[in-house]
Amino acid sequence: MTFAESVSHGAILLGAIIGVVTYLTWVERKFSGRLQSRIGPYLVGRPHGWLQPIADALKLLSKEDITPTKTDRFLFNLAPIWVVVMSLLGFAFLPLTINWVLVNIDLGLLYFSAIGSLIVIGVFIAGWASNNKYALLSALRAAAQIVAYEVPLLLSLLVPAVLAGSLNFQDIILAQEKYWFILFPVVGQISGITFLLAALAEGNRIPFDLSEAESELVAGFNIEYSGMKFAYFYLGEYAHLLAVSILVSILFLGGPLGPLLSGGVWIALKTLIVFLIVLWIRWSFLRLRIDQMMMLNWKVLVPLSLGNLLVAGLWVSLSR
Amino acid sequence: MEERVIEREFGELAINMGPQHPSTHGVFRLELHLRGETVVKVTPHIGYLHRGVEKLSETLEYDMLPPIYERDDYLSPTANSLAFVLAVEKLAGIEVPRRANYLRVITAELQRLASHLVWLGTFGLDLGGSLGGGSTLFLYCFRERERIMDLMETLTGTRFHTNMNQIGGVRYDVYDGFDRDVFKTLDYLEKRISEYKEMLENNPIFLERTKDVGIVPQELAKEVGASGPVLRASGVAYDIRKNKPYSAYQEFNFQVPVGNKGDAYDRYTVRLKEMKESLSIVRQSLGGLPEGPIHSRKPVKTPSLFKTPKGEAYAAVESPRGELGVFLVSDGSSKPYRVKVRSPSFSNIAIIPHILPGHLVADTVSILGSLDPVFGDVDR
Repeated sequence: MTFAESVSHGAILLGAIIGVVTYLTWVERKFSGRLQSRIGPYLVGRPHGWLQPIADALKLLSKEDITPTKTDRFLFNLAPIWVVVMSLLGFAFLPLTINWVLVNIDLGLLYFSAIGSLIVIGVFIAGWASNNKYALLSALRAAAQIVAYEVPLLLSLLVPAVLAGSLNFQDIILAQEKYWFILFPVVGQISGITFLLAALAEGNRIPFDLSEAESELVAGFNIEYSGMKFAYFYLGEYAHLLAVSILVSILFLGGPLGPLLSGGVWIALKTLIVFLIVLWIRWSFLRLRIDQMMMLNWKVLVPLSLGNLLVAGLWVSLSR
Repeated sequence: MEERVIEREFGELAINMGPQHPSTHGVFRLELHLRGETVVKVTPHIGYLHRGVEKLSETLEYDMLPPIYERDDYLSPTANSLAFVLAVEKLAGIEVPRRANYLRVITAELQRLASHLVWLGTFGLDLGGSLGGGSTLFLYCFRERERIMDLMETLTGTRFHTNMNQIGGVRYDVYDGFDRDVFKTLDYLEKRISEYKEMLENNPIFLERTKDVGIVPQELAKEVGASGPVLRASGVAYDIRKNKPYSAYQEFNFQVPVGNKGDAYDRYTVRLKEMKESLSIVRQSLGGLPEGPIHSRKPVKTPSLFKTPKGEAYAAVESPRGELGVFLVSDGSSKPYRVKVRSPSFSNIAIIPHILPGHLVADTVSILGSLDPVFGDVDR
């Protein structure tokens, strides 16, 4: 790809992601509505409130841009931008069909997880710069939580890489031509589940959304944010969630592989299913306490994913 | 206003939880001193919802007061007016017809169910947040509660503040087919309640968050004067409906569920079992509803003509939150001389400063939620 091509492809991807993310909020609201025997958005745009996300975006855009006086102005304004940029950057490495990937490098998986783990810095900056005790508590929680859950996340990510023998996304996809990695006996399922759990924790989703636990910390790190800056956090969260859903479908569900339909349709379908599973978890579970969450991480997920990686490695080296 | 430094020791973080906070169940302020995530000291502040019910009582005639008392504890209105009405009846020596007593029991128990459903829903919000599984439980519980509200509406014309209790009886009689409607709703509720019970008790997160959290020892519960499910969860089988029966409770057969440990989980199980008992009480009382008048006094036209003899009386009822007592002093005029409301929530939240230190911030919410305070009741 030439430079101009890369830029135009990047712009298209960016626009598409933001559009998709906006509509994912609608999907979530509709889905949670049905789950809770409500209707969900209905009035803005018939049928079924399809204009709701746009109305929300316009409302947030037209709100006053507030920077509270006692905050650290520079950091306060940097944090939302940081979160959005880091969440969107990850998409550059994700293949959306077998051949369509913006940046195809051999260490794609590594890059993706490295960038994904930078999001927490934005969250921490937000909590620190807000000059608010609730935000500070939340930032401390977020830092502890995400650093801890990075370990099982990476360890379970490595299992597909070990099975495929590559860190390149395309190789991982092509290695699943015979069977998806989630169907790989025991090892595949364990790594799939631990990855999903760790990703939920990293993406601040229930049952691990301790850093924005609104029943304790009101809103957590984004308590002082309003208007478009708040929307940036929201956008970042959903973009990250979308990226994680795509990643699960690539690493464990064969990504674009599938009969009859084209690759793009398959990956979209699989991503949607993963996304809905995440929503299902979110709207049916209560929240864990911080110590219980750490316990789950260090006593269950880390040993489990570590042992799992070992088994996968042994299996690969023995079968060779 | 004088500025006061509440953060004294270095390393302690003092945060103000409330008066505007998603999980303080109304307007309640907790001054939390944290070391890390652990609470080291807590000072509760109340009074944000004070509406002067006691003072108001001194300026209004007796028959005007039951509706005022219904506004006191806004989750179980009839229990409040019942306590007041019982006190007046005791003082003035008014007999209440048997049918009226049965109707009082029916409305009180239906509202106990509604109140416990609200508690279960908001407890879910406390544990799971308004943007997660907690809100699902919350909305389910409110959907069920709506059925009870509908029943109240068909019975009295009002969904909530029913004005059911009057001095000397009740205001509304049941209509034809009321029992059929109620039995249908009760069957529906019974099914749903067991469903939620199953859903929560098989949920490891719920168990982790409530078991061994906020243990209230029996002595402490007695010392602060706790009552209702909070006291019973600590192992004291004290229920006014059983120990000092009022209205028609002595005629029904029901159990008083008791916990043994006194943690948040016990308080949850006690309330859930109570809901089952309430279902059975309503069934019994509606099945054996006696015929007869619903009122022993003539309809009230001029409230100032009704006077009580000089003296004092105390009547207590078992509200969904515990012992709700009204102490009434009369000087023989048409208005009370002094009324003191002994509200259960007030005594129950007195537990907070004793048991909170040592718990995590997240437990603050689940402990407060499990005590089920209603701040209209606390501040009166």
